[in-house]
Amino acid sequence: MRQDATIRTIIVDDEDLARQVIREMLKTHAEIQIIGECANGFDAVKAVSELKPDLMFLDVQMPKLDGFEVLELIGAEVAVIFATAYDEHAIRAFEVHAVDYLLKPFRAERLDEALKRAKERIGKKPAAAPDQLAASARSGQYAERMVVKDGTRVHIFPSAKLDYAEAQDDYVALASQGKKYLKQQTISSLEASLDPKTFVRVHRSYLVNLERVSRLEPYGKDSHIAILSDGSRLPVSRAGLARLKEFLGEKT
Amino acid sequence: MHPIVNSFRRLLLYFSAWGPISAILLYLFASVGGLTWGSAAALAIPLSLYYAVVCLYAWYSCRNVPAQNSTSWLRHLAAAGVASLIWIAVAKGLAIALSSSHTFAGLDRQVTRINPVLFGSGVFLYLLAVAMYYILLSNEAAHEAARREIEAQALARDSELKALKTQVNPHFIFNCLNSISALTSSDPATAREMCIRLAEFLRKTLGLGERSQITLQEEMDLIHAYVSVEKMRFGARLKLEESIEPGTLVYSVPPLLLQPLIENAIRHGIATLTEGGWIRLEVNNGTPGLLAIKVENNFDPEAPRRSGANIGLKNVRQRVDAMYSSRAKFDVSAGEGHFQVSMQLPAQTA
Repeated sequence: MRQDATIRTIIVDDEDLARQVIREMLKTHAEIQIIGECANGFDAVKAVSELKPDLMFLDVQMPKLDGFEVLELIGAEVAVIFATAYDEHAIRAFEVHAVDYLLKPFRAERLDEALKRAKERIGKKPAAAPDQLAASARSGQYAERMVVKDGTRVHIFPSAKLDYAEAQDDYVALASQGKKYLKQQTISSLEASLDPKTFVRVHRSYLVNLERVSRLEPYGKDSHIAILSDGSRLPVSRAGLARLKEFLGEKT
Repeated sequence: MHPIVNSFRRLLLYFSAWGPISAILLYLFASVGGLTWGSAAALAIPLSLYYAVVCLYAWYSCRNVPAQNSTSWLRHLAAAGVASLIWIAVAKGLAIALSSSHTFAGLDRQVTRINPVLFGSGVFLYLLAVAMYYILLSNEAAHEAARREIEAQALARDSELKALKTQVNPHFIFNCLNSISALTSSDPATAREMCIRLAEFLRKTLGLGERSQITLQEEMDLIHAYVSVEKMRFGARLKLEESIEPGTLVYSVPPLLLQPLIENAIRHGIATLTEGGWIRLEVNNGTPGLLAIKVENNFDPEAPRRSGANIGLKNVRQRVDAMYSSRAKFDVSAGEGHFQVSMQLPAQTA
């Protein structure tokens, strides 16, 4: 992927001074080439798709998108080093395969250490795509909003506005208010990230928002179809029907 | 501490209650014992006085034997029997002494006729005294419990206020130190200035946090010290507009009442806005006797939710509740991109 030993790097932090200190510490590393600086999550996502960096220094608390949402959207191609004043995100950071987690303020030596790890990571094929959403669900909180990248644009909508999701190969299509957004994620990890009281897997390829289901109809010999309030029709497997009935009672 | 002996008023009341008792004894000595009115009176008055003193001693056994104890009444009954027998002996002695006088000749023999009366009333009076002491004891215990309850409540409120005393958000300090770390090489003079401002702010929070009330002027100085540090981090993104009615600055407020609200506004407002945002602080005389304070800010409604949301706000609210209870009003309202905390506190000066 890389022709030479230079590491193309982006620094993302909403505070000038915080970017400045990283920039300055990186000066001693000739192989590091800073190709961009971003002050918010949107710009960071855009910069990644336009500039294809190898390494990113990422703050957690930022305007627009937080660091974890940025990571979720940029995939595993970029090695990420978090730099934040908050120590409570560290576990989650490693669950999403961050290279390192720097606590502000940090010494140059500590940053050097992080860089060493980053170099080891950059040479290798990326591990499995960061399963950011599922990781956050494991830490006890369900995803409050969906973030989807569409080219260089980022769409954000609350999880409650997700009508249903459909698995499409490596992607999942998120249907919300008549629009569909494609996201690189498995339907199982999406399911794990959402509140199981609201979102039910009705089929191998479909996850539905219970609040949108208006009725169920038999279809063929032993399968059913769920009809949503906007008229969408989703196949329901036998196992899916059992799960649905559990939640909807017997109002078939 | 004897509940009767230690209070002159109670002692007086106690002995005057023995007046009717001695009258009843006198009547019983005459009617049941068949004594002459004169002999009955000569016996009844000193015997009553003597037994009144005996019954005072019942207190000590009541104090040592709690009423809940299953054998306590048996013990008191036994004590009452013994006290009555002694009473009979005393009556006998008194009668012998009196009989030497011509008026009461033969009383030493006649006195045995009042023995049943003495025994019956002796047991009865003794037990009555025991019952009275138990009532006094339980009253005392109830008072003590109530007093302890009140003390505990005051203590709990104190410690609650202490616990709620706002601490400076450590992340703020970490971020500041990070900014200083950035400035040390690029702009040492500014780094030093930031150190000094941060120190000034921390010193103020330490000093003021110890007190239970400070003037609004002191709180404003604290806010200015805080904002001057944050301005170095956020630069032009941070705008604080103040509208303070003159004359309100002398009023007392709990320390660190407004600073956490400004900090919240920065964390959840300014910090979410790429182009920066505004904070408005308004203080004026509201309804007569009340101090009206309003902190408003804008924020990005689409911004990701920040951790630790509203802890500072909740804390301020609880402190206001604990300190003023129903005398203060506290309202929080959030609209699309607009957040407002308003409160009305009693306008007090130190």
